[in-house]
Amino acid sequence: MAEAKRIERPLSPFMFVQYYRLQLTAVTSVMIRITGNALMVATLLVIWWLLALAAGPEAFETAEWWITSWVGNLVMFGSLWAVWYHYLGGLRHLIFDAGKGLELETAEKLGWACVYGSVVLTVLTVIIYWI
Amino acid sequence: MRYLTDRKRAVGKGSAHAGAEHHWFMIVSSVALAFMLPTWLIVFGRALGSGYDAALDTMSRPFPAILTALVLIVGMVHFQKGARTMIEDYTGGTTRKLLIMAFAGFAYLMIACGIFALVKIAL
Repeated sequence: MAEAKRIERPLSPFMFVQYYRLQLTAVTSVMIRITGNALMVATLLVIWWLLALAAGPEAFETAEWWITSWVGNLVMFGSLWAVWYHYLGGLRHLIFDAGKGLELETAEKLGWACVYGSVVLTVLTVIIYWI
Repeated sequence: MRYLTDRKRAVGKGSAHAGAEHHWFMIVSSVALAFMLPTWLIVFGRALGSGYDAALDTMSRPFPAILTALVLIVGMVHFQKGARTMIEDYTGGTTRKLLIMAFAGFAYLMIACGIFALVKIAL
């Protein structure tokens, strides 16, 4: 037979919870997607800040007041962590793509490295901002 | 009887109907961003909250301005393609098409606004 049979295929993420127990490697992978897309908010704020800087002192005052308010700080420092998490997660996938680190034990270690490493790098970056 | 091989019938039948060159782009752009981002995070983070004059002084210098432009362009195209993979995973039909357009629109709007601001600051 030449034609493939047409069947209704389910959409992702139908495997999760129902058929497949969540594992560290899966959770740390989907967090790359979540952090990457969440960075939309920080992108909007950065572009607002740049446009305001180009527009003049009054516009800049307003933008910076919002971005460095406690809500703004929460978003910006959260996004700083998200950048670092996405960064380490991406490196992990580059290692996987090269065909390395795929043994269960190594893969799980790399997952924890993303979780702890992102927190360490965030704290380090904040220290660099202060000094 | 049609003489189609199994491989020929399989090509383009994945959720995205394409893939290898998209994945390769993500690898290339991620390596570029991996080199640029640490420096940019420090340059931008220090300019943020430093006041109007100091921020203007930083962002009008060539290195911060060009680095910001590069991070913005590469970052937004990387984001747009990454988001597209997510959309193709979780949605189908018209919803998928409209979401892909919306995310591409967002990415290019951010690039255009950012470049406009950077040029205006620098000149």
